[in-house]
Amino acid sequence: MSGVDAAPGRSAGGPATSSAPLRRAVVLTLNQVRFVNRAFWRNPASAGFTFAFPLMFLVIFTALLGSGTVHLGARTVKESTYYVAAMAAFAVVTACFTNIAMTTTFQRDQGVLKRLHGTPLPPAVYFLARVLHALLIAVLLVVITSAFGALAYHASVPGGATLGRFVVMLLVGAGAFCALGLAITSFIPNADAAPAVVNLTILPLLFLSGIFIPLGRNAPHWIVGVAKVFPVYHFASGLQAGYLGTSFSWADVGIVAAWGAAGLMVAIRRFSWEPRV
Amino acid sequence: MLTETTAPAPPAVQVRGLTKSYGELEAVRGIDVQIAPGEVFALLGPNGAGKTTTVEILEGYRQRDGGEVVVLGLDPGRQARALRSRIGIVLQSTGVDRYLTVAETISMYGQYYPHPRDVEEVLSLVGLEEKRDARVLTLSGGQQRRLDVGVALAGDPDLLFLDEPTTGFDPSARREAWEVVKSLAAIGKTVLLTTHYMDEAQHLADRVAVIAAGRIVAEGPPSSLAGRDLVRPRLRFPRPPVAVPEDLGATPVAAGPGTLEIVTETLTGTLYRLTSWAISAGVSLDGLEVLRPTLEDVYLELTGSEPPAAGQDSAAGTRRTRRGRRRSDAASHAEARVGGRGTRR
Repeated sequence: MSGVDAAPGRSAGGPATSSAPLRRAVVLTLNQVRFVNRAFWRNPASAGFTFAFPLMFLVIFTALLGSGTVHLGARTVKESTYYVAAMAAFAVVTACFTNIAMTTTFQRDQGVLKRLHGTPLPPAVYFLARVLHALLIAVLLVVITSAFGALAYHASVPGGATLGRFVVMLLVGAGAFCALGLAITSFIPNADAAPAVVNLTILPLLFLSGIFIPLGRNAPHWIVGVAKVFPVYHFASGLQAGYLGTSFSWADVGIVAAWGAAGLMVAIRRFSWEPRV
Repeated sequence: MLTETTAPAPPAVQVRGLTKSYGELEAVRGIDVQIAPGEVFALLGPNGAGKTTTVEILEGYRQRDGGEVVVLGLDPGRQARALRSRIGIVLQSTGVDRYLTVAETISMYGQYYPHPRDVEEVLSLVGLEEKRDARVLTLSGGQQRRLDVGVALAGDPDLLFLDEPTTGFDPSARREAWEVVKSLAAIGKTVLLTTHYMDEAQHLADRVAVIAAGRIVAEGPPSSLAGRDLVRPRLRFPRPPVAVPEDLGATPVAAGPGTLEIVTETLTGTLYRLTSWAISAGVSLDGLEVLRPTLEDVYLELTGSEPPAAGQDSAAGTRRTRRGRRRSDAASHAEARVGGRGTRR
């Protein structure tokens, strides 16, 4: 590129030529996000289920149980409000973990990944684009869920300093679930097995973590004990703090981040570009 | 061809003594290949002969165990990244995102390369102009294969790898794919294609290497392969009402109902003796044919295997265990029939 010298905000310390490849990588990543986004919206399975499920569950659960109350620590909150927080968490898990695990397995089995691996596209650009896109979808879903909850159920929406902490939890969680989605891909033998493996890993955690049925005060200790080992519980708890005014714990963020880091390491070590066996 | 005054261009592909094993199985056992720039080169062999392994080593997908490999001046084992900007790969079974359109797919892949080819140009090269705005999932098998080639062309590569470009195709889709390969040759691309169809190699390639059990057993232009004396010519004629003498140079054998064949080392002499006998015995030999060995005969002789019928699906690389078994089957057959003859070139 000829405009290297004119590049504004060149990263300090690097040689002058290093900004051109960097800029190219950024452009390439953003273009790739655009293509991923197009394919996502045209695929009725991915777009429909990712968007429809959380909203559908929100309406169903609220209609069934919305008049009750949930005890969270010392606080008592309306179930309708509780479910807005819970479904926001569910939406992020679906957009990041489920969606990435399914799509990546499918692309691996179809040979899309092998073909990409035969091009000069840097693998980091491919993964970054996928993760960025999942993040965008996750944020969009949380905004829609919150708006829907606020309009339909008068659920409160995070604001001020709470909003700041909420966003941190949201982004850390979304990133972590993307990493875990990529990691679990390496344990899925083929695309046929993907729904089973993904649902077997995530559905029990969603139930144990009170996403579908609030844990409340009478929840058995072992359920809470098991749930606390895994990231869904802590992620949901972090988001609840934003919606429900419960106490926010940075430990929740830390545990989710640790799971994300572990997921990333597994993904890097075990990732396969070619169909397995 | 190059004139003597210009320095010879370095080969596009230079392979010496290439070896690769998967555990116990020696998939490639010392292959030498040289491909000149602009040449269409076919690696012809049965399933499991080592074609895909060889090609995937050249593409940088797999590491070799031994030997020397230089592709476009680069070592695919160590410089795969640099190499990938300059090659286009059409794998046996690869998908693209099914929800993008044809033009979007080509432009998406094109942007990965430093000097992409114009999208419309690529579309016309592979004959998909009319499908430019169609989603990939609506394409026929032949069109998808052409899109595969289009994607491989998107980065305007110097060298194209086509791994079994027509396996599993119906005859018209094969013709379509052949036209595309010919258009690649016409714009000066170097092409390395693998195939287990003799007619495909004969039709498309400037040069063919026959590979069996991980070794190259014959190499040369398709016509020279067919002209080899590995397989002898045959005389075929309707069975005469009287017995044919035994001293024609070879013994006639039945070849179907009412037909005899003589396989001969000395065609002219045998033909002379046969027709002299026929004239003196008053026998009409209406329907007498001289059958030259086809490339197919040579191929069967060299590889010792039955070629699959056109349109038969090969379970494309994804089932490693089955592939391994097939490979060793082919290996033992080829050993039995080709073994002892050694590598011919």
